[in-house]
Amino acid sequence: MPVKYQLGRIMAAACCLLMAVRPASAQEDITDTVTQKVTQAFYSTRVIQSQSIEMLHKGNLDVRILHRFGPVDQGIKELFGIDQASMRMGFDYGISDHLTIGIGRSTYRKEYDALFKLRMLQQSRGSRTVPLSIILTAGAMIRTADETAQNGYKPDAGDRTSFYGQLIAGRKFNRQFSFQLIQTLLHMNYVNDGTLANTLYALGGGARYRLSKRLALTLEYNHVFSNLPAGYYNPLSAGLDIETGGHVFQLHFSNSTGMNERAFLTETTDRFFKGEIRFGFNLSRMFQLH
Amino acid sequence: MRILTILVFVLLHSTCPAQRWQTRTAQFSFHSSTKLEDITAANRQGFIDIDASAQTITAAVLMRGFEFRKALMQEHFNENYVESDRFPKANFKGNFTGNTVQWDKDGEYNTLVNGTLLLHGVSGHIQCPAKITVKNGSLSCTAEFTINPEDYHIKIPKTVMDNISKTIKVTIITGTLNRIQ
Repeated sequence: MPVKYQLGRIMAAACCLLMAVRPASAQEDITDTVTQKVTQAFYSTRVIQSQSIEMLHKGNLDVRILHRFGPVDQGIKELFGIDQASMRMGFDYGISDHLTIGIGRSTYRKEYDALFKLRMLQQSRGSRTVPLSIILTAGAMIRTADETAQNGYKPDAGDRTSFYGQLIAGRKFNRQFSFQLIQTLLHMNYVNDGTLANTLYALGGGARYRLSKRLALTLEYNHVFSNLPAGYYNPLSAGLDIETGGHVFQLHFSNSTGMNERAFLTETTDRFFKGEIRFGFNLSRMFQLH
Repeated sequence: MRILTILVFVLLHSTCPAQRWQTRTAQFSFHSSTKLEDITAANRQGFIDIDASAQTITAAVLMRGFEFRKALMQEHFNENYVESDRFPKANFKGNFTGNTVQWDKDGEYNTLVNGTLLLHGVSGHIQCPAKITVKNGSLSCTAEFTINPEDYHIKIPKTVMDNISKTIKVTIITGTLNRIQ
């Protein structure tokens, strides 16, 4: 057989193969062209008591019932503090996926609070990668319980009002672990105790470690950098989140009593590592209003 | 001789071009119905490829593209049920095994599709009827089948067991597929 003829057969066969292969190249990779938002860095909009990088979805109402009990070390007579319950009830609503407003009231000092929470950046991956989420929070609080200063002065409504602003940056590192930094600037119009500054700055951290699809360990700490008076400490809390689909239960131990930013930053009088801790739980129930 | 052979193949090839259609806007929806709750989600960015010469159908859909009425339910679907971060998309590869479809002749054809669905990292066999409509050289297709979440290792927790059906109805409406060369 001449070499030339053989070559022709090979080329013809190659041609045939190429044509057969051509239509089989399916273009079906659709994942790379889409930006995917990273969701559920935390189960709830609070790590434990501080705001988390989670937002409510548009049209969602989050009814939050928070309990904090007395010191655990009081023993069985006080049922380890359960006899003394302090609570805060709150209603948060998602105006959009990136804007949440909320109101609440705590039994402690009969204090009302309002909040405004805005997501400025959301972590995402895919075609557009954003490494972290950034949240801005602003809030106001007013105490309505009767107060009398040491010199007999009765603070008026303006005096009992305080404000805070927060910048939170956080990231869901993987399916298990999320971490965020919280910067808080708190201003109180009037402070009873002259040793406490009117305006103070706190830097905190919040973390979550997911144990399973529905359980996660949480930890948060805030460090107040403006000097706290003697007998006041920085709030530290550790907890367990249970997510049941619509409900989130946040069981925790903390050294603070207050459940709003002013109260837990400036009125924590217990020391976590001296065993002066309180049991508490947050109950969050989500309603889709429209 | 060599040139002649090549010429014959080229001619053969150009006289019967590949009959192939695609869309990236097919609607995939699923429905769960129980006494307590009806749940529906839809994704309008599904990919479908129909190759008439090979008698195959390929489909792909991003799990995060399914939209629910309740936003929190959508988040739970992605995070806790189908785990979209680990398994971002579902794929289907199948063959037309029913009545012959005359791809170049207007009409409605009821046929069968047999294939493999890859969902949540688990492969399952699907056989379902499909209706193909050929009109003026364009193509559309509808199909419906049921899947059992358990078969795809999608765990439903006890607390919501009564709210989510054991069989999920999946509906695919491709819309018009565009002929590609």
